[in-house]
Amino acid sequence: MQIDDTDRRILRHLLADPGLPNAQLAERAGVTGATCWRRLERMQAAGLIAPPAAVINWRAMGYEVEVSLRFNLDKTEPRAFDEFLAAAREVPEVIAIETFLGRVDVRLNVIARDMAQYQEIYRKRILTLPHIADIEALMLIATIKEESALPL
Amino acid sequence: MMDLDDLDRALLRSLSRDATTSAGELGRRLGLSQPAAWRRVKRLEEAGIIAGRRVAVDRPALGFGVTVFLGVKLATKGRVSLEDFERAVTAIPEVQVVQHVLGLFDYRLRVVARDIADFERVLRRRIMTLPGVGQVEANVLLTEEARPGPLG
Repeated sequence: MQIDDTDRRILRHLLADPGLPNAQLAERAGVTGATCWRRLERMQAAGLIAPPAAVINWRAMGYEVEVSLRFNLDKTEPRAFDEFLAAAREVPEVIAIETFLGRVDVRLNVIARDMAQYQEIYRKRILTLPHIADIEALMLIATIKEESALPL
Repeated sequence: MMDLDDLDRALLRSLSRDATTSAGELGRRLGLSQPAAWRRVKRLEEAGIIAGRRVAVDRPALGFGVTVFLGVKLATKGRVSLEDFERAVTAIPEVQVVQHVLGLFDYRLRVVARDIADFERVLRRRIMTLPGVGQVEANVLLTEEARPGPLG
């Protein structure tokens, strides 16, 4: 699907503030409410954008600890990625899984209520994942910026 | 902190897939009346557990074919250098996420670019010129997957 300047303008405002009601989004993008709604429907139908999803603040639910775990996998094992990812999906405290080209192969975002629980998850659920060659941990101190905006 | 029951967790699971699901539809799925579902959603919003919305986009289809995570170590430290760095890095439009972390690096950045050449431009002109920047490690994102987290 080709997008034009109007679509791009709507997307820019939508991604900058995904919670905006349609009427306000339309106003910011300088189109009518009906146009805005139709354009969004079309982009959703084409798979360019997903329906808005709620963002869960895990900290407000009592998960005080968030750690970014960076893994190197044993690449002599051809099924290392698939088996590692399948096992990681079984750990409820894993909230995101990313794969990379670079020094890191896979990254898992792990949350826990406190350091004691984190240590338990780390020992019992993370270190037991298959085909790990190396792990590095980055502990999140603060998120300074988090946006989905694209420089469209 | 708010105590959540199974219905709250089921609501969060539904809304984290599609935040536009109506209270009527949520109620039907969970065996609640429309007003009861609405009240629960409202309570989760007021407790800060539902912290807004996000819209996932097909970045390559919109012309952003490359997402890179950067680990950045500052060369000089101290309160002033952290603030200078944070102010400058959050102003870069291609930088979507800035996290202050503890470990191998001081900051994690998520950077979007049109292609590798565009990424090189952002890296050289914008990132490497940031105040206090030291060692930088880049990993190119291949796949990403958001998991439901401990809501089961």
